[in-house]
Amino acid sequence: MNRRYFITLAFIIVFVTLASYVNLPDNPGLNIGIGNARLVRDLRYHLGLDLQGGLHVVLRATPAEGQNITSDHMEATRDIIAERVNALGVSEPIVQLEGTDRIIVELPGVENPDEAIALFRETGELAFVDIGKSTVPPIQVGGLVEGEQYKRLFTGAMVQSAEVGFDERSLPQINFELKDEGAVIFEEFTSQNICVRAGGAPCTWLGITLDNTLISAATISSTISNRGRITGSFTLDEARDIVIKLKYGALPVPLEIAQNRTVGPTLGQDSVDRSLRAGIIGLVLVAVFMLIYYRLPGVVAVVALLIYALLVLGIFRLWPVVLTLAGIAGFILSVGMAVDANILIFERLKEELRRGRTLRSALDVGFDRAWTSIRDSNISTLITCAVLFYFGTGIVRGFAVTLAIGVIISMFTAIIVTRTFLYLVVRLPQFRDVSWLYGVAEAQEQSLAPRQAPPQQATEP
Amino acid sequence: MFDIVGRRKWAYIVSAVILVPSILSLVFFRLQLGIDFSGGTIYELRFEATPPTEEIKRIYLSLDLGEPLVQATGEGSVIIRSKELGLEDKQAVRSALEEVHGQAEELRFEAVGPVIARELTQRAILAVLVASVGILVYITWAFRHVPQPFRYGVCAICALVHDVLVVLGVFSVLGFLVNKEIDSMFITAILTAIGYSVHDTIVVFDRVRENRSKYSHAPLPTVVNFSVNQTIDRSLNTSITLLITLFALYLFGGLAIKDFVLALLIGTATGTYSSIFIAASLLVDWDLFSRRQVEAA
Repeated sequence: MNRRYFITLAFIIVFVTLASYVNLPDNPGLNIGIGNARLVRDLRYHLGLDLQGGLHVVLRATPAEGQNITSDHMEATRDIIAERVNALGVSEPIVQLEGTDRIIVELPGVENPDEAIALFRETGELAFVDIGKSTVPPIQVGGLVEGEQYKRLFTGAMVQSAEVGFDERSLPQINFELKDEGAVIFEEFTSQNICVRAGGAPCTWLGITLDNTLISAATISSTISNRGRITGSFTLDEARDIVIKLKYGALPVPLEIAQNRTVGPTLGQDSVDRSLRAGIIGLVLVAVFMLIYYRLPGVVAVVALLIYALLVLGIFRLWPVVLTLAGIAGFILSVGMAVDANILIFERLKEELRRGRTLRSALDVGFDRAWTSIRDSNISTLITCAVLFYFGTGIVRGFAVTLAIGVIISMFTAIIVTRTFLYLVVRLPQFRDVSWLYGVAEAQEQSLAPRQAPPQQATEP
Repeated sequence: MFDIVGRRKWAYIVSAVILVPSILSLVFFRLQLGIDFSGGTIYELRFEATPPTEEIKRIYLSLDLGEPLVQATGEGSVIIRSKELGLEDKQAVRSALEEVHGQAEELRFEAVGPVIARELTQRAILAVLVASVGILVYITWAFRHVPQPFRYGVCAICALVHDVLVVLGVFSVLGFLVNKEIDSMFITAILTAIGYSVHDTIVVFDRVRENRSKYSHAPLPTVVNFSVNQTIDRSLNTSITLLITLFALYLFGGLAIKDFVLALLIGTATGTYSSIFIAASLLVDWDLFSRRQVEAA
């Protein structure tokens, strides 16, 4: 009987040691493998966008009249966006489909959110267009190229590869290579439209447009087939964005921004610091309350609470759970619920002691009876968590996950940890039969014994 | 032992005094919906010196972006609420402000379109309903060995509705007085308060369940009153520890979660109250009512 508690204690110590390792600020991470199964974790906190700053955008497909969006379209769009986003070099980006017509993009810690949005959201259709004959450019760079009079030669789909280069004046330019079909069209067009400056005759202008906006216009000095360059007044970033769009192609469906949440890094850091401080203050106050009110069991509860915090934080790192502000609130709330489990047990323990039971039997009955309350009340909280997770979006889900983990672990610490410690403590002679240690003055029974049972309808006039 | 059940008339009066104004406020003032539910934009910027509210309003109006609601946070930043802004609008606002007030730091920009807003509203309402039904089913099942298990579930749900109405009522009044808005986090707080309220009620009912089989000779009002008394220490202590943590969060936790924590604070307080004074009392009255029906028949 007693050996059981020592075995449990050994297990608890193993768990706590593991959790402590996971919680080390500078642990080297995890990389274990059995056969082909590998578990690789970096074992640090993964902070959500609201805590480390970043971008959360929901894009919605807005098909043109008559266009039908299929799931193939959406998947292709997602893949192209993912490639463009990866080219940004942000760590841990998320690009995922939601529902039938939406794509969620999350970029933690992105430096220029507005530019990033422009990069992945714009259709990115590059076109080579004949914009007409003239002595001066018929359209200014930045102007719209729309209408019957402009003849499209081909689009960016004909581009084989593209890269950023520099022109003679060291300005960024885009070097490209065309696929064979494109090269044929290009060669034919350029050979027929070579500009002869003599006599001020008008020349044909070749325009290059991005989503129907002119980004470059030039006259043709010689026949070009498969290689060419786009010059214009680009910044390096703009040139890079165009290259990314050329490389990964145009989006099959136009997208609008249905939701855009951007949090700067300062606000996030501020929130982390404040909620951590608030959490610690809260925990200390709760510990003080437990010690004063429940004395010896209170000490056990505080130790169990520390183990609880260690385990939950360890799971956050191991899983890993992405921590948001709401998630931290969920964790702090779950501390309250963890304390509740202990309070339920201790109140029950006191009651049984007052009833005149011995310490050991009071412990047995206390745990047994408290368990149903703990189980039923926590299951109702878990139901709420499940509903929150199912119906919620980002923030709300984070809260549900941390609260649920907290509730499950709290049942474990209350029943296993608190129980084992209390049983082991009461074995020590110093702690036996000292009722003040348990906050019970003397054995005083309180019950509905038959003599106290009032007659029927006693409380009713 | 306190005769709590015997004095339940007073509990009903106290609840009525809180509930009636809450419901009236909800009917007449409604709730101030934040951008999550109404669509729109929140733009938070920090300047060396905060620009005057009037000037921000003037800039928005001159850019044809409608009249914004401007709120200084007292920490050097301004929170501007307006209709939904696109990226171009946002850049226009920012450069207009920076022209006069120098470099600004963009703390936050949240724009929610009407489609998402409508969806978030529907999901929020659905979540509250589904959670309530789930809890009702679970309680009925968990109490299946006592007579009329369904009643325990319904009474717990009544206490839950009571608590939700109180929290909604307070935020409706605050919305009317100081423009307090509700957002997705508020719904989360409501759902948590629901979870807590039921959690608390179940602890009381669990004791009723136990005592009913133990003292099968005693009438229900007596058993319920005894159970409430046995669990009252635990109920109060649990809510004290929760309230302590929540107060710490409220005071030191920063602006972003203040309203969320406030909703939780009110929810916890009313959840504790209703499980002690309302849920158990309703159980007793239901029992007495059905007994009278039987006697009359």
